[in-house]
Amino acid sequence: MAQPLVKKDDDRDDEAEYSPFMGIEKGAVLQEARVFNDPQLDPRRCSQVITKLLYLLNQGETFTKVEATEVFFAVTKLFQSRDVGLRRMLYLMIKELSPSADEVIIVTSSLMKDMNSKTDMYRANAIRVLCRITDGVLLTQIERYLKQAIVDKNPVVASAALVSGIHLLQTNPEVVKRWSNEVQEAVQSRAALVQFHALALLHQIRQNDRLAVSKLVTSLTRGTVRSPLAQCLLIRYTSQVIRESASNSQGDRPFYDFLEGCLRHKAEMVIFEAARAITELSGVTSRELTPAITVLQLFLSSSKPVLRFAAVRTLNKVAMTHPMAVTNCNIDMESLISDQNRSIATLAITTLLKTGNESSVDRLMKQITNFMSDIADEFKIVVVEAIRSLCLKFPLKYRALMNFLSNILREEGGFEYKKAIVDSIVILIRDIPDAKESGLLHLCEFIEDCEFTYLSTQILHFLGIEGPKTSDPSKYIRYIYNRVHLENATVRAAAVSTLAKFGAMVDSLKPRVFVLLRRCLFDSDDEVRDRATLYLNTLGGDGEVVETDKDVKEFLFGALEIPLVNLETSLRNYVASEEAFDINSVPKEVKSQPLAEKKAPGKKQPTGLGAPPAAPPSTVDAYEKLLSSIPELASLGKPFKSSAPTELTEAETEYAVNVVKHIYDRHVVFQYNCTNTIPEQLLEEVSVVVDSSDAEEFSFVLSKPLRSLPYDSPGQTFVVFEKPEGVPAVGKFSNTLKFIVKEVDPNTGEADEDGVDDEYQLEELEVVSADYMQKVGVSNFRNAWESLDADLERVDEYGLGPRESLAEAVNAVISLLGMQPCEGTEVVASNSRSHTCLLSGVFIGNVRVLARLQFGLTGPKEVAMKLAVKSEDIAVSDAIHEIVASG
Amino acid sequence: MQACPQVKNILVLDSEGKRVAVKYYSDEDWPTSGAKEAFEKTVFTKTHKTNARTEAEVTMIDSYVIVYKFVEDLHFFVTGGEDQNEVILASVLQGFFDAVGILLRGNVEKSEALENLDLILLCLDETIDGGVPLQTDAAVLANKVASHNIDSGAPLSEQTLAQALVTAREHLTRSLLK
Repeated sequence: MAQPLVKKDDDRDDEAEYSPFMGIEKGAVLQEARVFNDPQLDPRRCSQVITKLLYLLNQGETFTKVEATEVFFAVTKLFQSRDVGLRRMLYLMIKELSPSADEVIIVTSSLMKDMNSKTDMYRANAIRVLCRITDGVLLTQIERYLKQAIVDKNPVVASAALVSGIHLLQTNPEVVKRWSNEVQEAVQSRAALVQFHALALLHQIRQNDRLAVSKLVTSLTRGTVRSPLAQCLLIRYTSQVIRESASNSQGDRPFYDFLEGCLRHKAEMVIFEAARAITELSGVTSRELTPAITVLQLFLSSSKPVLRFAAVRTLNKVAMTHPMAVTNCNIDMESLISDQNRSIATLAITTLLKTGNESSVDRLMKQITNFMSDIADEFKIVVVEAIRSLCLKFPLKYRALMNFLSNILREEGGFEYKKAIVDSIVILIRDIPDAKESGLLHLCEFIEDCEFTYLSTQILHFLGIEGPKTSDPSKYIRYIYNRVHLENATVRAAAVSTLAKFGAMVDSLKPRVFVLLRRCLFDSDDEVRDRATLYLNTLGGDGEVVETDKDVKEFLFGALEIPLVNLETSLRNYVASEEAFDINSVPKEVKSQPLAEKKAPGKKQPTGLGAPPAAPPSTVDAYEKLLSSIPELASLGKPFKSSAPTELTEAETEYAVNVVKHIYDRHVVFQYNCTNTIPEQLLEEVSVVVDSSDAEEFSFVLSKPLRSLPYDSPGQTFVVFEKPEGVPAVGKFSNTLKFIVKEVDPNTGEADEDGVDDEYQLEELEVVSADYMQKVGVSNFRNAWESLDADLERVDEYGLGPRESLAEAVNAVISLLGMQPCEGTEVVASNSRSHTCLLSGVFIGNVRVLARLQFGLTGPKEVAMKLAVKSEDIAVSDAIHEIVASG
Repeated sequence: MQACPQVKNILVLDSEGKRVAVKYYSDEDWPTSGAKEAFEKTVFTKTHKTNARTEAEVTMIDSYVIVYKFVEDLHFFVTGGEDQNEVILASVLQGFFDAVGILLRGNVEKSEALENLDLILLCLDETIDGGVPLQTDAAVLANKVASHNIDSGAPLSEQTLAQALVTAREHLTRSLLK
């Protein structure tokens, strides 16, 4: 529309910004509200006053308790008026005031009268108001009317009752569940929206009953659903049913045809909902994806921004798991880079970065460089993160990508943006050895002119760790010492620590570092001076060059293994007491947080536009900390590998238990994470009894029970088994949870004195070969492969039998071996008849293993595989073949 | 994913980001009035430079999906959760937006909206109930709101005819402006 944006001139702005609410004041309006009490009501005037009150509330004004009560009572008088418009405003006002229980009683009878009125509008609105303000007791009184209303022939009334039911289900589920029959009838309504609301309510009533939901879906997918909104709901419920039944079905997915049919629906919202549902199917195949991708591709060139956005957002997610499927859309996607809507452009860019291959990186980077200058910081962060993952995918391209990062690091930008860039560079340095030196230099240059203290100190700390390990550590000293001259005290102190680290790690630099450190003794800030003094004394800076003691290094630069919370408590106790402080007395055990504390920050972290879900905090570190905090387990050494948690209970059972397998050289530790989901119970002396009769090579060592397991506060119990050293022993273990149950009074939260012994059957767990393999990638498979001697190679061929598809066979072998696919070779192009997959990993005993898998179709669905394994130890190469042969 | 489409809020702001009418359906997301105002400010500053006058635009802020459309000095927003179907949100926005257009007889701007704030608030109330879309068809919405304010003495057939005329005129002016 070529509608000119009328720029109002200033004087008009001042005067013509006339508002009926100009100079409005709460006190005056409350005074005005007295007209509600007039014996002769003036509906027009009353409506105006209500509008003013609503305006005030809408602007964020609040009424005190007294004011609200006063207004409420005055407003109730208005039920006398028969004016339709006023009644409508009255309903609105009551909902806004959300009266207390004793106030509700006053309007109940008036509202119940309206609920049975002949005017449909009154009935619909009275239902909504009454249900909004009602409590359980009142609800049973009006239940009869609500049931009738649900099947009322007027769609407005029926919808009002159904939507109210949706809300009431949260507070009074037992009442609403009794309405099933009526709701079921409403699902068949001819009115589109009634059907939508009825379906939503019916599903919520039955959501915990899988069979009922499945039946509901089966019957509706066969019939006709009128409303597009209801159709969207049906798609959601269908994919839920598919999700729950997926595990035990082979061959064609149930209901897939229904989803696919919805792609041809006439309403865009239904098409999109179906396309999205298909892309989110677990283990979706390329054949299933194709029709969904095709409609999304059409949306990409729609004139409606919402459709373009919806499509690109979904494709962006698909690109994470099935990059090959999205490549067809790349041309459409590239034209979206210049989209007016920057959200769409950013999503398009990041999708392209995910689907691009090595050869297109340079071209893309050129386009992005132009694009970066005119988008906001938050979008830039998303792009930076996408580039980081691209670089990890194509390590050979690190030079171009690292250059790009260092260029944008020099440009203007806010803290979050700069932090994202720095974080990316740090990750690249860590994961791509070749990129280390250039990356460190980029960071050094950045701190020369960095306005953010936090980033400077972080980089200095990082330099202290990585710098001394480089080929020429001395070249960083200049950058670091410059900080001591030019920065604020915090950065100066960090720089002093970094200098000291160089001194401690690199003996040849020690004398020069000491000279620099001695200069810092005259700093104006005491923290800087203190640090310099400490380092000089402990590192032996009194002139003679000495080997720095290992203990000293540990003391100065080692990690603090004590949770800060515990340290804080101990220090608080120390301040109050007379005794000397002993760091060894601080408990290392991580206390489980009290329930209340944990619930408070329940809000999810904003993940930002299209950003991949934030990586969980390094679980390996967390496990290591946890294990080393328990004396019995700390003595076992460091675990070789910790598996992902496996659920041992079904969802929504009384006790939720999952297990993490920690593999050591000579031991296996099962960490059972238990959660008690019953508020009325306290569990004590919780342990898991493990039967290892199906695992001959394992022998029981010890079990560490959990002293107490309160409601909703997860705890761990451990069981340790011994196994032959270095052997990838496998076996099955059956588990039983044993504990003492104590009743808890829900009011006081106190537990009974006496408990009862009880046990709970858990599912079996299995130690498999893949548990002995760490997923460790290599940046250049070919180089790594050739660097290993040809004598260490073992080749053999296997027939994998009939398989659903080539991709399925490839995934099966990857998960059997538990190795890391390299260079994106886990993705099988659709329709291809052969595939090569490169895997890398570290086998127990720290043996690097590489595998090259060549798959081919030999007959209809018949898959054969040639497996070539190289490892540093020929025995391990054989072991890998054995795993495949027996798997 | 939520089983039922949920709208988290509907905002009508003026050309400076000030409230004309807002309605929040999720106190969990914005527990205080400070949080609400902060959200409105972010939304406004991040969108006011865009051109959302012909087609509804869309963006993501703090993991909320926001669809929006502007006319004259009024900015309409509908917010949903991250995994919400944005096309549904857009249909809610379009329904509400067009209904306001009909109720204000095509003269959609701030002073007119404030003059008829009661209609806007009623229209909001009929569009969404506690986050659940109640009605998304603009004509039905407008009819539900407007019928309350037309003199109850007027015959029913005339009412609808008058309404039809308003709608027709509105459509005509719009097509002329294009």
